[in-house]
Amino acid sequence: MTQIIVTGILLSGTYALIALGLTLQYGVARIMNLANGETLVAGCFIAMWLFTTLTINPIVGLLLIAPAAFAANWAVYRVALEPLVKRAKNRGQLEVDSILATFGLLFLFQGMMLLTFGGEYFNYTFLAQRFDIFGSGFGLNRVVAFAAAVVIAVGLYIFLYHTRYGTAMRAVSADPKSANLVAIDVARTAAIAFALGGALTACGGALLSTFYTFNASMGVVFTMKALIIVIMGGVGDVRGAVLAAIILGVAETAVASLIDPSLTLAATYTLFIVVLLFRPQGIFGRPTS
Amino acid sequence: MKRRTLFAAAICAAGLTLAPAAFAQDVIKIGASAPKTGPLGGGGAMTHWPNIELWVHEINEAGGLQVGDRQMTIELIEYDDQTNPEIAIQNIQRLATIDNVDFIVTPYSTGINIATAPMIAQHGYPHITTSAATDGVAEFAQRWPNSFWMLGTATQLAVGAVEAFSKLRDAGEIGDTVALLYVGDAFGQEHINAAKPLLLEAGFDIVYEASYPFGTQDVAPIIAAAKAAEPDSFMAFSYPGDTFALTEQAQIQGLEVGAFYTGVGTAFPSFRDRFGDAAEGIMGIGGVNLDDPKVADYFDRHEELTGSEPDYWASATTYAGLQVLAQAIEETGSLDRAAVIETIQNGTFDTVIGTIDFVDNVNPNVWTVGQWRDGKFVAVAADGIAVGAEPVVKPAW
Repeated sequence: MTQIIVTGILLSGTYALIALGLTLQYGVARIMNLANGETLVAGCFIAMWLFTTLTINPIVGLLLIAPAAFAANWAVYRVALEPLVKRAKNRGQLEVDSILATFGLLFLFQGMMLLTFGGEYFNYTFLAQRFDIFGSGFGLNRVVAFAAAVVIAVGLYIFLYHTRYGTAMRAVSADPKSANLVAIDVARTAAIAFALGGALTACGGALLSTFYTFNASMGVVFTMKALIIVIMGGVGDVRGAVLAAIILGVAETAVASLIDPSLTLAATYTLFIVVLLFRPQGIFGRPTS
Repeated sequence: MKRRTLFAAAICAAGLTLAPAAFAQDVIKIGASAPKTGPLGGGGAMTHWPNIELWVHEINEAGGLQVGDRQMTIELIEYDDQTNPEIAIQNIQRLATIDNVDFIVTPYSTGINIATAPMIAQHGYPHITTSAATDGVAEFAQRWPNSFWMLGTATQLAVGAVEAFSKLRDAGEIGDTVALLYVGDAFGQEHINAAKPLLLEAGFDIVYEASYPFGTQDVAPIIAAAKAAEPDSFMAFSYPGDTFALTEQAQIQGLEVGAFYTGVGTAFPSFRDRFGDAAEGIMGIGGVNLDDPKVADYFDRHEELTGSEPDYWASATTYAGLQVLAQAIEETGSLDRAAVIETIQNGTFDTVIGTIDFVDNVNPNVWTVGQWRDGKFVAVAADGIAVGAEPVVKPAW
């Protein structure tokens, strides 16, 4: 039983890493980023490249990947997405436009990775050793990824709920028009939220690459998972995303261990439907007016 | 003036479009459609595309194919099917009707080969499949007489796996209990349907059996449950992502078994690179006989041109399928597709995986199980051809 819970919680760390970036991008910057998975896979590739060619440990590599991803996502937002934000008359239109635009970006990013790395499967060995918790063996790489997920989630929570700038970000998330009235630079805040989300996603990818086998066209798998978690948790709420990740991680592990591994996907989507039926706005979401 | 310029330009343009047609007879146009992206993009990049590149390169380096009294080089037209059967069918149609290619090389994977078979048959192209391992091959070969099946059947592969396990068990190296896993799609289902009765018949005791959804890489609970059943051996019909994940978890959780078998991906050189010494003794689908100088030479040429080692399963078969096509064209002495199909049906072909002599359009001689031994994935079970070695018990992780 303890093994199921520990395995489940470790898995939720992985899921949180997949979803936290999208929470910011969708919740604050209001960009439904379908290229989220590609950002994550790019993180995988860069971490692998740093590790295999320059022998930079992926954890140290985060110090390079995070700022690089922040800058790249900032640029993407300024060049490709801000024009959409400016011309959108309402939230619905921005959502549709951003879905279409990021759908295109998905193929652009995927194509760039295919050109650079080819379509093959990749993985590498980093901390793939046994780590004992309560007498059972777990992958040390997964434990490290979980610890990093906790640090990132707590850091993000403190930033959003206990700093001035974080509060501004939540204000933009809640109501961009009113935020503008209290002298918050909405455009800049949204750009930073998008860039920060991209940086988190790339860092998640770097950590996941230590135990996943990946290739250039795998991004959509991660985007799907992130979407489910973000929508289940309540759009734009970090606490909701973390809670949804824990629910999914533990539920999938319990189903795989106690019932049948073939039902893990069924369990995920059943939980998703139940949440949507009883709380369509997500666990922590605010009802839309 | 203006009109005259336009006229001149039109003549030039007409000349340009006509010119290649005049030389076209010295070029064989070959079409290829296979995944570069999508879920099978990784497999395609590993097993399929490098062999086409190698084959075209070698033929053109040698001056082309001798077709009757003409020396013809190959022009390759390639499309990405995005691992989507619909797109694959459109690609084939485009190759046949717009690009007007002379021949089409096989698409990649069981599913897409079957999806495109009717379209390839409709246009009368020979269809030599090298990446389809299914029990339907006899039926497909009958339904589409232009199609040829080289990679064996799920039953052959399952028989090989059970044979290898039985040999170890009969030698007293492992006990009777086995944990059985399979990916929840057509591939896994077909293999489990073939393997399970064989295991029971051979006197094995299945102490754990489970399937998991396609794409699963979080397999810790599955390995934990398998380990709790304390099996003597472990057999999983898995895909590359899960093959790596199952092996890593088995290693981490210390699932000690005397025979450890995983599915697609075990034969990838990257599997050996990832697990290093721990890969020693792991069995999986595929295997080649590197004692055969032709195979060894093929491995060298592949690495030299494409910069990567071929995988130890379908790579050599893929190259052999292309060799069959080239030899059949030369033997027929023309680009007449119906005649080439007839040549393939009746001829014998000398390839890197031995002599190919189709029986009712199916190649019956295949390697079925490989085992990592000192960095090489050696065939330890086969149907109709020589193995490279006998299976040995897997050392502890």
